[in-house]
Amino acid sequence: MFDNLLGSFWPYTIDGLILGAIYGLVALGYTMVYGVLRLINFAHSEIFMIGTMASAFVVMTMGFTQPLTGLALVGGLLLMLLVGGAASAGSAVLLERIAYRPLRKRGASRLAALISAIGASLFLQELFALVIIPHVFNRPQQGRNQMGVARIMDKDVLFTLGGAQIRADQILIFVAAIGMMVLLDLLVNRTKIGRGIRATSQDPETAVLMGVDIDKIVRITFLIGGLMAGLAGALFILQFEITKFSIGFLLGIKAFTAAVLGGIGNLRGALLGGLFLGLIENYGAAIFGSGWKDVIAFTVLVLVLMFRPTGILGESLQQARA
Amino acid sequence: MSTNSTITNGRNALSAFTDGIRDRWAGAPGWQRWTVYILVFVIALLLPADPIGSVMSPYSDWASVLFFPIGTFVVLAIGLNVVVGQAGLLDLGYVAFFAMGGYSMALLGTKLGLNFWEIMVVGVLLSALSGVVLGGPTLRLRGDYLAIVTLGFGEIVRQTAENTDAIGGPRGIAGIPHPPSVDGVMIFGVDVFHYGVLDPRPYYYLLVVVAAAIIIFVKRWEKSRVGRAWAAIREDEDAAEVMGVPTFKFKLLAFAIGAAIGGAMGVVWAGKTISINPNDFHFMLSATILAAVVLGGSGNVPGVILGAFLVAWLPERFRGLSEYRIMVFGAALVALMIFRPEGLLPSRRRKAELEEGTGGMGSLGAEVAGPDSHHAAEGAAK
Repeated sequence: MFDNLLGSFWPYTIDGLILGAIYGLVALGYTMVYGVLRLINFAHSEIFMIGTMASAFVVMTMGFTQPLTGLALVGGLLLMLLVGGAASAGSAVLLERIAYRPLRKRGASRLAALISAIGASLFLQELFALVIIPHVFNRPQQGRNQMGVARIMDKDVLFTLGGAQIRADQILIFVAAIGMMVLLDLLVNRTKIGRGIRATSQDPETAVLMGVDIDKIVRITFLIGGLMAGLAGALFILQFEITKFSIGFLLGIKAFTAAVLGGIGNLRGALLGGLFLGLIENYGAAIFGSGWKDVIAFTVLVLVLMFRPTGILGESLQQARA
Repeated sequence: MSTNSTITNGRNALSAFTDGIRDRWAGAPGWQRWTVYILVFVIALLLPADPIGSVMSPYSDWASVLFFPIGTFVVLAIGLNVVVGQAGLLDLGYVAFFAMGGYSMALLGTKLGLNFWEIMVVGVLLSALSGVVLGGPTLRLRGDYLAIVTLGFGEIVRQTAENTDAIGGPRGIAGIPHPPSVDGVMIFGVDVFHYGVLDPRPYYYLLVVVAAAIIIFVKRWEKSRVGRAWAAIREDEDAAEVMGVPTFKFKLLAFAIGAAIGGAMGVVWAGKTISINPNDFHFMLSATILAAVVLGGSGNVPGVILGAFLVAWLPERFRGLSEYRIMVFGAALVALMIFRPEGLLPSRRRKAELEEGTGGMGSLGAEVAGPDSHHAAEGAAK
């Protein structure tokens, strides 16, 4: 049963890293919101879904039907990332304003906020299945179907590494994801906004006394989290070329799992957790068959938490490391 | 501002109303309470009547709707309430225990030919055991980690069922036997112990009896040493431990009891539906049941029953809105949590805990009492 894995170890590794990078990007949103608000933002998976939809919309309306080259490719990719990121960031901010801020102002319990999040998640999924896909994408009766998206970047093999064919788009996705995370890490650790985020997650009351505008910080946290999810959505479209109204559900749970694995509230942990989960899932699928990959991912989660209850790197948006 | 104060006024009026009912109830003598209990039980038995059905459920068969989703959701919500509302442990994978019960009934019924009542015992024990197996290693985890582990467990159970051909894989199991019938006991024209295919009412009566038994058990536990221990754990786990409450043991007990109730409902449900498959036990069901508990007022059994009833019934009633009902349901959840985050019928103790921001889950971070916060508004009113 290990022959399959050993025989094509590198392909599984590459696929795992790509998937893991996307998990990591989505996990950032969970981990930042959790660090600041102690809230499992259940609707974050739908923010990711909106990112995939917006990028798919770009591909469809621009009429890209075959792979682009040269400047057109660069422009197309940038437009996808930009629109995907903007759509997700905008909806994340809106989500915070409508579904969470009123609860926060009333000092409601986290359980109530979680239910509100589940409600928002259902609403957004149905909104796409019933309104946006049939009317905006102009696919009546197909709101719940999987949508294929045209390929805009050729899947050329650049070089082979130990039997794995490495493609340009894979490198692009991986580098873009890691680059985004490095930028975010710098933002949180080096800028004034980042200091506000860290202060709020450590001790909101003292942060207010020190002149931090908490509402603004929370809004920025959602904005950044949404932006990362939107970029992840655009990269997801690039890699897998499909989307669906419920595409966020399982991916969202996995991304949250990745955040917990790395140590929730910890930005670097989110990346590490994402890559770890992506790899484990692919190796597991190679050994036991692809039907078991989610089971393996969750089993690993349970095991890790049993022996290291605060994740691999520990929780730390509160601490200076963040 | 004016809309804000209207909302606040409405909120306060509703609170005053429910508080009034609760106080009168707390002061009522025993015989009055028993009269109400018996009345409620009789009303529950009369519910499937056709005139009620034509108002409550014009689109589908009312007696069937009463069994699933309404009755099923009520029992599941009562079970989940033990875990979430009483012990303050967030469980996002409760449906796993429902699945345990369902699959016990399906497997033991089709493969070993045991009858419903034998399987009920085995199924409940198996579910409780699975609760202990899940809780044992994970209950030492803090709130949110527990939530994600239980969510993972729910998915593990469903996908394992999907991938194991011995229990039918994705197609599930068909030909599940019904409970053994005793024919000829006619009450108001209903053959009440005839568990056939056509008439859903006998199953509904069975469910009412099971639910009544579960409610009695749960209420007794709540008032006993166990219930007090759960409340202590929910409010402040460390303090409880220091006071000599074996917190781990009681949390495990809450998990096992919640699991057993879920399992019992699984057995009853599978006993009616003939065939089950892994997709019946999707995460959305866990989320919906949790929504029912919180919506009704977590920790308070009548509130939870009301919440489950609404969550199950509203989408059925408004089938006329056809596909938009889930979207409306989602928006309604958000609106209700903004309007009344403590739930429709919270118990007074639980409400006080929630206002203090304790109660197992604590309150959101980044909340600082500002001029427009809840407490400040209340202080100004007084």
